[in-house]
Amino acid sequence: MPSPYLPNTDAERNAMLQEIGVSSVEELFHDIPERFRHARLKLPTPLSEFELKEELSRLANLNANLDNYACFLGAGCYRHFIPSVVGHITGRSEFYTAYTPYQAEASQGTLQATYEYQSLVCQLTGMEVSNAGMYDGSTATAEAAIMACIITKRGKAAVLNTVNPTYREVIDTYVRNRNLTLETIESNSNLSSDCACLIVQQPNFFGHFEGIEPYVQKAHDAGALLIVIVDPISLGMFKPPGDYGADIAVAEGQPLGIPTSFGGPYLGIFTCRQEYVRQMPGRLVGKTVDVNGKPGYVMTIVTREQYIRRERATSNICTSEALMALAVAVYLGTLGKRGLRQVAELCYHKAHYAAEEISKLKGYSLAFQQPFFKEFVIRCPIAPHQINKALFHESIVGGLDISHLIDNSMLFCVTEVNTKQQIDRLVEILGTL
Amino acid sequence: MSRNYLLPDISRPGKIGCSLPHLDVPPAELPPKGLLRRELELPEVSETELVRYFTALSKFNYGVDTGFYPLGSCTMKYNPKCHEDIASLSGFTSIHPYQSEESAQGALQLMCELQEYLAEITGMSGTSLVPMAGAHGELTGLLMVKAYHQDRGDKARKKILLTDSSHGTNPASAVMCGFKVDTVPSDNEGNLDLKSLESMMNEEVAALILTMPTTLGLFDPQIIEISQLVHDRGGLLGGDGANLNAFLGRVKIGELGYDYVQLNLHKTFSTPHGGGGPGSGPVCAKKNLTDFLPSPLVTKDNKKHMFISPAKSIGRVGNFYGNFGVMVKAYAYIRSLGAEGLKEASENAVLNANYLKEKLKAYYYLPYDRTCMHEVVFSGKRQKAKGVSTLDIAKRLLDYGLHPPTVYFPLIVSEALMTEPTETESKGTLDAYVNAMKEIAREATENPEILHTAPHNTPVRRLDDVRAVRQPDLRWHMSKKSS
Repeated sequence: MPSPYLPNTDAERNAMLQEIGVSSVEELFHDIPERFRHARLKLPTPLSEFELKEELSRLANLNANLDNYACFLGAGCYRHFIPSVVGHITGRSEFYTAYTPYQAEASQGTLQATYEYQSLVCQLTGMEVSNAGMYDGSTATAEAAIMACIITKRGKAAVLNTVNPTYREVIDTYVRNRNLTLETIESNSNLSSDCACLIVQQPNFFGHFEGIEPYVQKAHDAGALLIVIVDPISLGMFKPPGDYGADIAVAEGQPLGIPTSFGGPYLGIFTCRQEYVRQMPGRLVGKTVDVNGKPGYVMTIVTREQYIRRERATSNICTSEALMALAVAVYLGTLGKRGLRQVAELCYHKAHYAAEEISKLKGYSLAFQQPFFKEFVIRCPIAPHQINKALFHESIVGGLDISHLIDNSMLFCVTEVNTKQQIDRLVEILGTL
Repeated sequence: MSRNYLLPDISRPGKIGCSLPHLDVPPAELPPKGLLRRELELPEVSETELVRYFTALSKFNYGVDTGFYPLGSCTMKYNPKCHEDIASLSGFTSIHPYQSEESAQGALQLMCELQEYLAEITGMSGTSLVPMAGAHGELTGLLMVKAYHQDRGDKARKKILLTDSSHGTNPASAVMCGFKVDTVPSDNEGNLDLKSLESMMNEEVAALILTMPTTLGLFDPQIIEISQLVHDRGGLLGGDGANLNAFLGRVKIGELGYDYVQLNLHKTFSTPHGGGGPGSGPVCAKKNLTDFLPSPLVTKDNKKHMFISPAKSIGRVGNFYGNFGVMVKAYAYIRSLGAEGLKEASENAVLNANYLKEKLKAYYYLPYDRTCMHEVVFSGKRQKAKGVSTLDIAKRLLDYGLHPPTVYFPLIVSEALMTEPTETESKGTLDAYVNAMKEIAREATENPEILHTAPHNTPVRRLDDVRAVRQPDLRWHMSKKSS
C-alpha cells in the first residue's frame, strides 16, 4: 500500500533517479559503509489510520480521564476551565505547522501573537518585560537563577524551602552543573552577601501566601535579585510581583488555557525588569516597521541567542513553546480583566469552602493558618494513600500525598471546575473513613 | 481585514469572550487587603471579535499546510492530521501528572513503548523522554557525559569538542553544563578533519559532539575512525540528532559508535513545530550511560507500568515527564509507519534532496559536489558576486509563495542556502521550487533590484531589524493604545 505521506509514484521516483544519474535509491546511501546501512528494526506491524485510532483510543481509555472524576490534585499542574476558543485558534494549522519565525515577512501571525502574549503577561504580572516563553515553570526558574548569577557576578543562588520541591530539584540540576551552588534556606535565615538571588514562591508550594516584604528587603539588602514564582491565575485577584519589587518573575503558564496532558507540553513564563532585558534567556519579539513604514514584528535583541552567539549566548534555549504562548494569549484575551478576576475568585471561594468543610471533620485540620488561594494542606487522621484509594473508588481523585514533607498530610487543590456537589461528596466520603 | 491593530484597540469596557461557572458555594471572607491587587488591566473583547482577530493573524503565517517549507536542519515534514485528533483525545489531555500510576496505565504504556521504539530505531539501550526540546536534549546528554566522567573519578575532562559546522545550540548547551568548548575544523570534502581531531583529542576532552549526517547534509565516511579515536582516548561520542531523518529505519546511529543521541520528535517523527514549540527532545543512550539518564523513566514490571529513577541519574531536567502530548503524536507516527515505512521515509527524503541538488547545481554554487543525504547546502556566492545576497534570494522566494531554505548556516559555507525538502513533498512541488530558484538566478543577473527590494507580495515588506533593537518595543500598555 502506498503511504498517504509519500506523494511520489514509482514512475516519478524513477524519473528523479534518472535525473540524478543513479539506478537505485540504494546508490544514494553509498557513503555509508555497507554493514551499517541495512538495519532491521523490530517494530510493531504498521497500522492504517482506522486501526491506529482504535489502538490509541484503547490506550487513552486505560487512563482515568479526569473529566469523569472529581479531581482535587494540583501541586504545579492545575485543572481550569478552557474555553473552546483556545483550542480552535491553536488548532489552526497556519499556526501549528509553522516553524520558528525566522522569516518575519511570512510569520507575522506567530510574531504578532507572541507580541500580544508578551504584553498580556506583562499586564498580568506587573513586570516590565516578558520573553516569548520557556519550556515550563521549573526550567524558567532555573534559568532565572542562572541569569541572576550572571547579572550579579555571584556564584550562589538561594531558594526558600517552601518552593515546590521538584522545582528545587530542577534548579539544582541546572545550577550545580554550571559550577554554581544552590542553597536552600528557611524563612528566618539570613541571606549571605555572596548570593545572587533569593527564589520565593507566592503562593508557596503548600498553597499559602508568604509575607513577601521581608524577603524583598532581605534580597535587596544583600545585593541579590528577588525571583518570584507565581500562580498566574492568582494574579486575577492578588498582588502581582511587579507591585512588590520582584526583579524576575516566573510562572508555570499551564493554568492559562493549557490542558494537564500528563505533565506537558506546558509553558514557562519569564518576566523581568527592563534593565535586565539583554541578559534574558529565550526569544523576544519586538514591534518595528517595514520599508514602507508599515508596522510589523520581528524576533529581536537576538545577540543574546545561541544561533547568533553560540557559546556566549545567555542560554541554549531555542524553542519558545510558541503554540502554548498562543494558547495563553487567546485564553487571557477571552477572559479579559473581568473573566480572570472571576476565575480567581471562584477558586478562592470554592477552596475556602472545601477547606472549611473538611476541617470540620473529626481528625482533619488545616496545617497552616496563613491566607491561601486555591491550595491548602490538610492533616489527616489516617495515611493519605489509604484515603486516596478509598476516594478513587468513589470517582474522586484526592489531594497530593505529601506525608514525606508533613506527617499524614495532603495538598488539596480546588478550582472553578470543582462544583459544590463534588466538594460536598469529597467531605462526605472523608467523613466515613 | 486589517491586522494593524492589537487587542487593546478592540477592547471596550464590559465585554468578555466567554462565560464562566457560577459561584455555588457561600463566599468566603476576603484576605487582608494588602495581599490583593488594585487593578488588573487586561483587554475586554467579545468572542466573535477575538476569533476574527486571531483568525486574521493566522492568515499572515506560513506553515507546512500552506506550502513547501524546505528549512534545512528543521525537517518540516507533513504533520498527519489523525495524530492531532489522537493527541486531543480526552483520555490523553485530561490526565494529571500526579494521578496514581494505576490510573494512568495507558499513558505509561505509551511512554514505555516509545522509549523502546526510539532505542530500537537508534540502536541504543535506553531512552529518556523528559527533555522538552532539541536543545534541552543536548543539555541532558552533556549532563550525562559530565556525570559519567565524574563517576569514573576522571575530573580532568572539562572540554567538549564540536565541529565548525555545528548548530549554535551545541556550544551554548556545553557552556550550560560548565564545559569549555573547542572547535574541530572540517576538511575540504566537508568531513571532519581527522588530523585536527587527532591533535585535539586529549585527556581534557569529555566528548565530541557530532551531528550525523552533518549540517552540510553529508555522511562522514570516517565516522568509525572518529569514534575509535575518541573512545581510545577516553572520550564519549555524542550525537546531535537534528538530521536523523536520513537514517530512519535504515541506519542505527548507535552502531556507528555513538554513545548517545538526542532526538527531535518535532523534526524526525512528524510532530508539528507549533511556530517554535512545543517540541520534544528525547535522549537515547548506550549501556554505559543509561544509569545517568534524567529522572524519571518508565518501566514495566509484572504487566504494570511505573516510573523509576535510574541508579546514578543526573536528576530532574523538567518538572514532570516531558511533553507527553508530543510523545503521543510521535508514537502514532511510528505505529502507523512501522519499520518499512520509516525506511521509505528516509529513502524518499534522500531522493528528494539529491534531486534538488542535481536540478539546481547549474544555477547555484554547490560547495560539496557529492551525494547528499536528507539536505543539500548551496552557496549564493555566484549571485553575491553580482551584489545579490542570500538574504535577497530568500526574500524573493517569499514572493513566489515559497518558504526559503535555512540561510547563512552552516557558518562554514558563505551565503549558505541549506535546503531540506523532506520525503512528504512531491516531484511537482520540487519542480515548482526549482523553477522559482532558476527564475531568481536569472533575476539576479537581469534585474537585481527586484531581489534587493523583495519581498513585494507579503503582508509586510522587509522589516527594520535595527530599529527593533535600538528602540525596543516589546509590549503594549493598556493606557497607551497602539495606532
